[in-house]
This record gives sequence, structure tokens and C-alpha cells, in this order.
Amino acid sequence: MTLDVAYLEYPHRRHGYDHDLYAWSNLHERKPVVWPNGKGVAVWVCIDLEWFPITPEDQPFRAPGHMQTAYPDYRHYTSREYGTRVGFYRLLDALAKANVVASVAVNGAIAERYPQVVADIVAAGHEIIAHSTDMNGTIATGLPEADERALIQHSLDALEKASGQRPRGWLSIARSQSWNTVRLLKEAGLDYSCDWVNDELPWRFNNGLINLPLNHELSDRQIVTVQQHSAESYAQQMTDAYDWLSREAKQSGGGRLLPLNVTPYILGLPYRIAAFERLIADLAARPDAWFARGDQIIDAWATGEG
Amino acid sequence: MPQTLNGDPGLYDFSPYRDRPRVVWPEGKTVAVWVAPNLEYYEIDPPANPHRKSWTKPHPDVVGYGHRDHSNRVSHWRMADAMSRHGFPGSVSLSVALCQHHPEVVADANARGWEFFSHGIYNTRYSYGMDEAQERQIIEDSIRTVKDATGQTIRGWLAPALTHTPRTLDLIAEYGLDYTCDLYHDDQVQAVKTATGKLASIPYSLEVNDHYGFFVYNMSPREYADALIRQYERLAVEGEKSGTVMCIPLHAYLIGQPHRIAAFEGVLEHIAADGRAWITRAGEIVDAWRAQQTGAAA
Repeated sequence: MTLDVAYLEYPHRRHGYDHDLYAWSNLHERKPVVWPNGKGVAVWVCIDLEWFPITPEDQPFRAPGHMQTAYPDYRHYTSREYGTRVGFYRLLDALAKANVVASVAVNGAIAERYPQVVADIVAAGHEIIAHSTDMNGTIATGLPEADERALIQHSLDALEKASGQRPRGWLSIARSQSWNTVRLLKEAGLDYSCDWVNDELPWRFNNGLINLPLNHELSDRQIVTVQQHSAESYAQQMTDAYDWLSREAKQSGGGRLLPLNVTPYILGLPYRIAAFERLIADLAARPDAWFARGDQIIDAWATGEG
Repeated sequence: MPQTLNGDPGLYDFSPYRDRPRVVWPEGKTVAVWVAPNLEYYEIDPPANPHRKSWTKPHPDVVGYGHRDHSNRVSHWRMADAMSRHGFPGSVSLSVALCQHHPEVVADANARGWEFFSHGIYNTRYSYGMDEAQERQIIEDSIRTVKDATGQTIRGWLAPALTHTPRTLDLIAEYGLDYTCDLYHDDQVQAVKTATGKLASIPYSLEVNDHYGFFVYNMSPREYADALIRQYERLAVEGEKSGTVMCIPLHAYLIGQPHRIAAFEGVLEHIAADGRAWITRAGEIVDAWRAQQTGAAA
């Protein structure tokens, strides 16, 4: 048995990365980030608001949370719709009660189908981040470039039409990109993406696009759905994360970021929502917390960049 | 190459846990505790190995790659500082190409007095299917690369992504390496049968590896910390009869996440304060064990 000689050749073995998308740097040696009013931890709530067609297309892959049974999968179609009709409004109310703003990563199809939801987001002062077209709008290498470009445009156009504002941020489904995505997002005029989970503060790709890391490990999907912890455990884990980041901010003199990526059909259920409400109320009462939208965070970060 | 007979890979002799010769650790400690951070580099677009897929998604696997990259930008230092605060050195399972890609991470570990052993060139290049010459090439590359980057001569091996060939253990022993972290048959150091050289198996662990804790057993950060403390307490008691070994295998991108690190630091604090732990590095554990062997293993 033997492997091809190329398997023991390492053409990209060099200082820095094995790609040219962005440069290496370590967080603790960067110029400290200063958040408005000298706050220690930016708390970024980002809610995924998604519409799953009952006819999954799997091109290039099936999104997490998508249909699971033979057609017609009423149970999952309607369970996801429950998130948009009911759970999402519980999340909005929790944010309003704590008097904090958030980002909502919205499928273009939500804007086309349910403009009232978009109007309610805008009226509450939350940011809309473009989150593809619908949950068939997945991106990965293999998706033709023209199709990917059209998908990004379609999403941005639909959201702008319903909200009156063109989104500045982008979240791919499952944070999945192709080799072309960073370039296409920049070409589409977007300021930032949220897909790369490699850091805990914003950073720039070599083409100028900003990445605002939406840590998947801290998401309700990962903790509640994948790891199957309770909502109470989720809230405990977020509080532990906040306490740690707050201490780091004090010790380092540099701002930190706690991304809370939540999903209406996961945390918006009657038996889970109270844990989220308590978490948000608790964090909002912390003197060093800055609840902010994604666009506010990247703007504050970019002000001190360089 | 060990003889494979009726499905037994021929790695070691059977030795039941009771009535073994007593192993003692320095200063009357009962359990040797070593922490094994995996300092890794995963390639974004590795070539395919016919025997194992690397990324499960088309390249680039943005979440998979980015998650590992978190170690080298953020969480290595968070994890390492917590270890240093409580007096725990690391014994590093190193993707040796990290010496080229991010020498800053390797230099930090070296400056903390950590030991290095090889975890292959990249964690995306697997040994399955290698011929002997190819396998010698990655062993020689590992020895040379770590020596050049850190001044240390590696003594141990944890196969890249735990991929082996039937000749791996013979080859590393031939090159003078004296411990393997790839065998999980015991809670004490054990001799391994090799064609030449002297090779010891030091207990590493799948079961309390942070990856297993969080993604196989789906533990919360606090549950994982409790599991480590229970593991420690049991091995500390059993080590009164004959010294045991507890390894805590880590990945900074997992244990160094902001929701996990505080609970883990509590474990380090507990073990450091307990008094029964010999907190040390893999090489010292193997040396102390070897010095107590008689006969062929001495």
C-alpha cells in the first residue's frame, strides 16, 4: 500500500495561513477595542428568522432545521412557521422588556411573504442582516458563481424592498460559504459577514470585507438542539461566558464580544422562553454590558481600527 | 511489526489491574496528572486520502476550519494562561506544520516550559495507506521540525487524527521515541512490544478528552468539569496501591471557549490544591515509570 507522492508534499506550508482570505493575528496582542461609553462587553443578540419551503432542494446541501420526512412534512414545516408566528414575537417582547436592540438575520422570503414581521423588526429599532433567500438558498463550493451572485442580490433586494434599507451584513445558511463568497459579498456592497467563527472580535478579510464572528458554539442550535441541554443550562452557559469576558475586558483594557445567536423555533417555545427572558434581563442590568446591533459593533470597532 | 494473531494486534501482554508491582510517584503522590493540549493545524483544502475523508463538506468548510483557527488566534492563550496560573505544564500533541504556520503559538508553549510530541504534520494528513518510506518521512520531518523550532527532541507520538499503520509503533521506537499516546488499554503506564527500542504506552484518554466530553457525550461545561474531578478523585484513591496516570487531553478551540473555561479552571484549581497529584509532563512520567521496571522493560 502506498499513497500518491503528492500526499506528502505541502505546497502551502509557510508562515501564516494556507490560504489568502485573511491574515493571522492573535486577539490579545491587538490594539484594544474601545466600545462606546467604555463598556466592557458588547452583547450581540442575533436572531435567525427563516422560512423553510416544504420542498427541500438540497442544492448544494439541506439546511439544518429543514424538512425530514417524506413529502409533505407538515410537522417540520409548521414547527418552523411556529417560530416565525409565535416564538419570534416572544423574543421581540423579551428584548423590548429589557429595552435592548438586536440584529435579526432574515431570509429574503420572510420579507416577501410576511412584510408585517419586517415592519415590526424595523419599528423596534433592530437591524436586519441578510440571511439568504429561503432555507433552500444554501451556499457551498459547487454552486455556480452566477447562481450565488443572483442569490445574494435577490436576498438583498427583497429585504431592502420590505424594510426600506439595504442590509449591511450577511449570514449564510449554516455559515457555509464557497470559495467565491467573500468576493461576491464585497462586490454586492455588503460591509460584513458573520460566517467565520475563528475569532471573538471583528476582523477584516484581505478584500476589505469585515467578519463579525457569530460563534456557533454559543448558539441555541448548538447547545439546545445539537447537545440537547436545557434552556436553563444554555442561559447558565451564556452567563458564565459573559462573566469570563467581562473579567478579560477589565484585565486587558480591551472590549470583548458575546454573540447570542438564537432561533425562534428553539428558544421561543413556551417552556424555554423564560430562561431567555431572565438571561437578557440579567445581562441588560450589568453595568459593563453594551447591547448592540451588528452594524453598531463593526462601526465602533472600525473607528479604532489600525 | 507486531504479529497479528487471531485478531490480536500483538501490542502488549495481558496484565490484570489487581496485584501488580507497585509503581510509586515522587514525594508519595498517588496520581500523575498531565495535561495534553493539542496544538493543531487543519488545512483548508487538504488532498484526499483514499481511506478517510477530511472535511465532511466541500472545501472550504468554513465552520470546521474557523473553529480550529480559533485556537491559534484566541483560545490557546486563554487555556494556557489558566494552566499556568495553577502550575500545570502542557505536553503538547503538535501538528508540526504549526511550527511554520503559526510559530508564535509554538514559541508561547515552549516559553512556558511545555513538552512537545508529534501529532503528525497536519491533522488533515492521515497515515492510512502510507508505505514504510512515507511513514519514515513524516517521523523524520516531525523530529527535525520540532528540534528546529523549539530545541526539543520529541519523545512521543500521537498519530495524526489517530490514524496509524501496523508499523507505526515499531518505527517510532526505532527512531528513539519512547512513548505512545495511541493506546487506551490502561490507567497506568505499560510496556509496548516493538521490534527494537523501548516504547511505553502512557495513558492519554478518549473518554475524558474535551472533544468526547462535549461532542460525544454532549456534556455541558460544568458537567465536563465534574467528570474530570470524578476521574481525578478515583485515580487518586486507586493510586495509593500503585501509581496511576490521569491525562486531560484538550483542544483550545473547545475548552478555551468563553462559556467553558471558567468551569475548567475550577478543575485545575481543585487538582492543584488536593495534594495527591504529581502535576507534570509526559516525559517525566515515563522516566519515573521506566526507572522502576525490572527485567526486559528496565
